Amino acid sequence: MDIFIYGIFNSISLALMALGFALVYGISRVPNFAHGALYVVTGFLTWGFLRTLHLNYFLSILLAMFITGIVGALIYQLILVRVRGMAISEIIASYAMGLAIIEGFRWWGFKGMTYTLPVFVEGSVTIAGIPIDWQRILVVAVGAAVVGFLWLFTHYTKVGLALRGMAQDERASLMLGIDSDRMAVVAMSFGAMLAGLAAIMLLPLGNIVVEKGYDVLILAIAVCIVGGLGSWMGAVVASFLIGFAQILTVVYLGAHFQMVVALLAIIVTLVLRPSGLFGRQKELEERV
Amino acid sequence: MSAEPILEIREVTKTFGGILALNRLSFNVNEGDVLGIIGPNGSGKTTIVNCITGFVKPSSGRIFFRGKEISGKPPHKIADMGVARTFQIMRPYYSLPAYKNLVIPLFSPRSKRTGGWRGGGKLGDRNTVSIDILEEIGFERDSYVPYKMASSLPTGYLKRLELARCLALKPDVILCDEVFSGLSMSEIASMVPLIERLQMEGITLVMIEHRLRELFRVANRVVVMNFGEKLTEGTSEEVMADPRVKEAYFGSEEISEVMTYA
Amino acid sequence: MTEQRRKERLDRGIKVRTDGLYALMSWRELSYLTLPRLVLIVGIIILPLVLPSLYWQRVVSIVCIYALLALSFDFLAHYVGLVSLGGAFFIGVGGYIAAILNTSFGVHPLLTVPIATVCGAVICTVLLLPCLPLRGVYFAIVTLMYPLLLARVIEALDILGGTDGIMGIESFPSQWVEEYLVIALVLLFLFGIRRLVNLDIGLVFRAVKDNDQAVRASGMNVTYYKALGVFVASGLGCLGGACLVHIYMWSGISLFALDFSILPIAATVIGGGGTLVGPVLGCFILVPVSELLRAFGTLRIVFYALILMAFVVFRSEGLMVYGTRKYQQFERWVKV
Repeated sequence: MDIFIYGIFNSISLALMALGFALVYGISRVPNFAHGALYVVTGFLTWGFLRTLHLNYFLSILLAMFITGIVGALIYQLILVRVRGMAISEIIASYAMGLAIIEGFRWWGFKGMTYTLPVFVEGSVTIAGIPIDWQRILVVAVGAAVVGFLWLFTHYTKVGLALRGMAQDERASLMLGIDSDRMAVVAMSFGAMLAGLAAIMLLPLGNIVVEKGYDVLILAIAVCIVGGLGSWMGAVVASFLIGFAQILTVVYLGAHFQMVVALLAIIVTLVLRPSGLFGRQKELEERV
Repeated sequence: MSAEPILEIREVTKTFGGILALNRLSFNVNEGDVLGIIGPNGSGKTTIVNCITGFVKPSSGRIFFRGKEISGKPPHKIADMGVARTFQIMRPYYSLPAYKNLVIPLFSPRSKRTGGWRGGGKLGDRNTVSIDILEEIGFERDSYVPYKMASSLPTGYLKRLELARCLALKPDVILCDEVFSGLSMSEIASMVPLIERLQMEGITLVMIEHRLRELFRVANRVVVMNFGEKLTEGTSEEVMADPRVKEAYFGSEEISEVMTYA
Repeated sequence: MTEQRRKERLDRGIKVRTDGLYALMSWRELSYLTLPRLVLIVGIIILPLVLPSLYWQRVVSIVCIYALLALSFDFLAHYVGLVSLGGAFFIGVGGYIAAILNTSFGVHPLLTVPIATVCGAVICTVLLLPCLPLRGVYFAIVTLMYPLLLARVIEALDILGGTDGIMGIESFPSQWVEEYLVIALVLLFLFGIRRLVNLDIGLVFRAVKDNDQAVRASGMNVTYYKALGVFVASGLGCLGGACLVHIYMWSGISLFALDFSILPIAATVIGGGGTLVGPVLGCFILVPVSELLRAFGTLRIVFYALILMAFVVFRSEGLMVYGTRKYQQFERWVKV
């Protein structure tokens, strides 16, 4: 039973981490390898506002997420827009940016384990005989809300439908008057803010370490590859698959195997079904 | 000449998402034929070539080469069996000189087995063989043309280079995707004898074309496609007399004068 | 009517005269061809002899290791068409294999290096095989992630020495062997890969990069040739890793560090991608700079990352591309 509960929690955490990346790739086909860096940025910004400037927690969170969204938009507008369309250059440029940010934080002094964020609600509750902190329940609730909101947004609002249109066929959307660059900026800020949201929800459960930036990037990419690059439904399903697989290995094999699961998931997917579970892309080379 | 067709296309269907590109298409190609495939844009001509050569997998239906099934095989295996193709959007190796472009296909297992176009079973020095093939296909041997970078060659030469690339494999069948397009009248006039020569060497040719007049000079049979289906097939006269063919190209207006130029 | 002019680039006379066999015409033509290469070879060889301290001689060895990695990156990216974002993967695999061979099996350093190179290349190629039939993006993603993942796996499972690493690895017989072995390897492979890409099989690699559909239509299995290319490139990287563990006499997770992934790429963009000698020169520039920056901690990674980003975004040529152009061509204004 505890496997089930921890499994759900782990899966939703993965989904929160991966959705930002999946969104940006799904909408504008930009692989944002600075995703992990944006996660870390929100974490440190919130910490800074909270502990150093002594602002209200809620306010710190909002400010940090807002600034992260702007950082995401700037990364697109200043850097990625110049290499738009060349997939490998986009990866190198966004990865380099992410590296600069993460290692920049490390150099600035954010080393070690001393940076923490407080949980939103103290205490825990017992479900089916297992104590679960309120924070984790909040994570699941927020995660489910995000998935639900995304679904509604992209199916029923004008901007959301435009984003979906762009995801399906960029040229057709361009001809219909949807500006793909502006949509990409919007997508990047949303993706950045989602990364920030994941940071806000998950960091209180541990500490803020720069290494998390790389971990989040790896996990997000693993989830997106298994789910199919470009499909956010696939990302959600894949998070559950990988999430439960991780918990099972932790229970039966030991706590260190989480990353191994991610690695194996990527390789197995690429060998068996390269387009992932719900991927719509042509994974082989371009057609004639 | 065996009685069995060299290429059999049976009930091939291909859908791309919601688009039905090929709809239960069936026709045969006999050895030694020059088969033309014509039809308005979007009728699926390039798609069927992609299916035959393995670049695209048919959604259903089967394709046979010399009685062996090739549908679903990867492109390099199909080429290795002797089915070569040219590309409508030309793809030379731009960073290499023209004669080096041919060294690559001469590196393939099939060329090693067959010796390339005139090898007679043994492959000599690839640079020499490549210049030989280029000369046969119309590059003047003693000029600098074979040594020019592929990126600086005019269209006529590039089309010939595409054909040369096929010849390096000593193929049994060549599928030509619009070799006449983009050429001037005089360039086409010099390509036609080349096609005729290839046919006399025993290569089966399947040609997708829009330039009907030139195609009819070389083709002995024609298949007409429309909306992914076979509209009709027969000799060029039979096909041109069919009113449905005119309707497919031009709509249902009476524009018969245009067809009399053929 | 204003006169319009455009810039025209023509090959220099001496370049044309040295094409092919005509280079043997005179000493002047011969020296035009051989001088740059001689300067390079002689320069690298006498470098350790003129350097002031042992520390800087060690730096030259490290430069050569990075140069092997940069060659590997340049070859893969510009001659086979695969961008590898994780050179550290090759270094780590080669290094750990050499370390295990030496400490657990007592193999002599001069033997561990070739064995680790070949075995490492096989392992790396097999691990990268699944993404070779797919689009190049996947290769980039997987190479980026392998070093990060392997480092964490070793740490978590505490195998192969865990976070402490494998210690007590023998070093090379003498300091001069160590120094000149890596220099010789760099020169050997620099000229060797140059030769390789002009052989017939090298042309096939370049064709796979230019236009792999045409290669498929010519009856060749593109995945096989990509795998060959990866084998060569990972072999170079594993070679570097094997030498490195004998120089440091220690092998640990830091072999998978970002330095080994990023610096070769930065060196290639600065030195000029596709020239093979450019990346080597880029290493000679960047590695000493990074040693000087070592005092600033991980700032040097920020530095490489920013260089990389700037070059990728602004698509600059690189030193050697500029240099070769100047050496071989001249420009003039011409009336239109």
